[in-house]
Amino acid sequence: MSAGILSLIVIGLGVLGYFLGRGRALSLATATGRKLHSLPGYYGQSVALFTAVPALLLMAAWLFLQPVLIDSRVNAMIPDSVIPEGGARSLVMADVRRIADGLDAMMADGGISENELDQMRADITNIRSRLANVGVALGSDVPVAVFDAAKEMRQSSKTGALAMTIAVLVLTLGAGGWTLMRINTDLRARNISENFVKALLIGASLVAILTTVGIVSSLLFETINFFKIYPAKDFFFSTVWNPQFRGGSDLGILPLLWGTFYVSLVALLVAVPVGLMIAIYLAEYASKHVRSVAKPAIEVLAGIPTIVYGLFALITVGPFLRDYIAEPLGLGSSSSSVLTAGLVMGIMLIPFVSSLSDDIINAVPQSMRDGSYGLGATQSETIKQVVLPAALPGVVGAVLLAASRAIGETMIVVMGAGAAAKLGLNPFEAMTTVTVKIVSQLTGDTEFASPETLVAFALGLTLFVFTLGLNILALYIVRKYREQYE
Amino acid sequence: MYDAPSLEKTVDQKSTKIAAKDVQVYYGNTHAIKDVNVDLLDKTVTAFIGPSGCGKSTFLRCLNRMNDTIDVCRVEGDILLDGEDIYDKRVDPVQLRAKVGMVFQKPNPFPKSIYDNVAYGPRIHGLARNKAELDEIVEKSLRRGAIWDEVKDRLDAPGTGLSGGQQQRLCIARAVATEPEVLLMDEPCSALDPIATAQVEELIDELREQYSVVIVTHSMQQAARVSQKTAFFHLGNLVEYGDTTQIFTNPVDPRTESYITGRIG
Repeated sequence: MSAGILSLIVIGLGVLGYFLGRGRALSLATATGRKLHSLPGYYGQSVALFTAVPALLLMAAWLFLQPVLIDSRVNAMIPDSVIPEGGARSLVMADVRRIADGLDAMMADGGISENELDQMRADITNIRSRLANVGVALGSDVPVAVFDAAKEMRQSSKTGALAMTIAVLVLTLGAGGWTLMRINTDLRARNISENFVKALLIGASLVAILTTVGIVSSLLFETINFFKIYPAKDFFFSTVWNPQFRGGSDLGILPLLWGTFYVSLVALLVAVPVGLMIAIYLAEYASKHVRSVAKPAIEVLAGIPTIVYGLFALITVGPFLRDYIAEPLGLGSSSSSVLTAGLVMGIMLIPFVSSLSDDIINAVPQSMRDGSYGLGATQSETIKQVVLPAALPGVVGAVLLAASRAIGETMIVVMGAGAAAKLGLNPFEAMTTVTVKIVSQLTGDTEFASPETLVAFALGLTLFVFTLGLNILALYIVRKYREQYE
Repeated sequence: MYDAPSLEKTVDQKSTKIAAKDVQVYYGNTHAIKDVNVDLLDKTVTAFIGPSGCGKSTFLRCLNRMNDTIDVCRVEGDILLDGEDIYDKRVDPVQLRAKVGMVFQKPNPFPKSIYDNVAYGPRIHGLARNKAELDEIVEKSLRRGAIWDEVKDRLDAPGTGLSGGQQQRLCIARAVATEPEVLLMDEPCSALDPIATAQVEELIDELREQYSVVIVTHSMQQAARVSQKTAFFHLGNLVEYGDTTQIFTNPVDPRTESYITGRIG
């Protein structure tokens, strides 16, 4: 029985449990002549929840664990002798899996029966050609051990699936039946079902937290692997980034961090003043009509995919800066430059800053403005000295949000600033950022266990630490000013 | 505290500070203020009383053109401050508001320190040439706002951290720091407890020596205690205007009598 059908059955039983629980509660109330503790629906709900949820959780856990356990068992069956020279155990395991799938397919075609399969021997039957008939192409003839492992894997999967079906159904009926039996007029069904839902809500938030933990730990383990084969001192303090496919690379993060910082700085220098001025205009000066047109128009910028911004940088801004500014001034002849990427990224960030700041400025109470006008302040003085300081925590938050976007941006940098890791001050030179290098190191053709690939994880973790620090800083600033202003 | 209108508060030889002639105010199509004619005297506390929505706050806000900040609001007629029309095109509303200060119903200190709250007006109007002068203005204003003793040790603390009554006195100190000629108060005590109210009322009585004070209030007792002149508004009309003593003891208009005895409103 497949997992899909099984879960449908479980859910169906849950729905049935609802009506049974509700009916039983009502009939008990009539029979005993006592008032129910909760509304009848709550009795139904508690039965339904106890029927379906534990069984579904068990099923999810089983589906997750079963392949892991079977893999490790089958893995032990494969002797080192069948692993080809220079190959990896994981490749053989992949073959095993494909053969097992192929056998299933043969079975489904009706070309072979369970008994015949038991008697099939890799050294007698031509497994390779028979598997090719059902669409599983193998590179070489199948060794006996591998075929036996595949048969074993197929067998264990079948047994496992059957065991799971039985276990899930038993749990469904057991838990559902137990709750149904428990029902009496004094059972606090409302509290039970509410607590159950509360636990579900906690579980949902745990998913988000655990995902973060998972991401961080996966980064962390690969980073530790990286530092085992590459000295941390060289990574953090070397000023040269020069990965080689044959090993002996220089993998210093400093040029990449500098590039990230430089491009983000240019982007923020564009986005923050323009965005803030837009926000002030929209919130304080613009008429209702202008605002209703201009605000959505600016927010359109936020909806443009970054790759389109990248194209804009590549074919318009880059050549323009090179032809009209860099070359006449003798500052460089590259169309990809820090300034190109920074300018275009700044444009991308404008709506982030303007839209958030606009909302925050609007949230400053009118009484503040009245107080200032009442003292004979002009509109401009009021904005500069009363409205903006009051809105500052929120504005800082908006700017830092924009900053983390800028640090994490990849596409615009690839197309606007190039991929050359350099330490330099000239904004018309090509430079690159951490994110770009993560992509290029992971999509390269190098072995996964080499420092050239693993460095991507160290880069990712460093970036994560930086943005985390930025967020903590933002929280700190916002909280500090909140205390003062509220 | 004056619990009864006191007879010695004479207002004879005072000159007119603000004169309103045939003032009409419209909010969009609503005619909020109709044909108001009133002469507000110098160095006098004038109370505006009347039921909610009668237009007394609206009229108050006309006196320093605060209604300009509301788009749909339109004012007709003449309002003269020392004989000059404040709605004349040549008058800068910003300059006007420096002369006609305002204290609001809800205390609204700026999110700044106590010192900066009071120094705000003098700074934007350039009243102090150096730090010492500014310090002096701040101290004088806080003393006049009857709050100096409570805050003198924590001038750097945020103004929003004070209690409601202290905040309102801070706002009054902030308003007097710009040396206005007229002080408008829109229900300044409605958010305060009786003790803070008493302090603010005492303060208003002292302010009368230098300023013309106009106060909107819902409390008849308060109007009787602090004012020398009272104006009664009803449904956008100025029903009766006269000495506070006369309004509360011997009102001419039957509507005034009904209101102060609690029959309408």
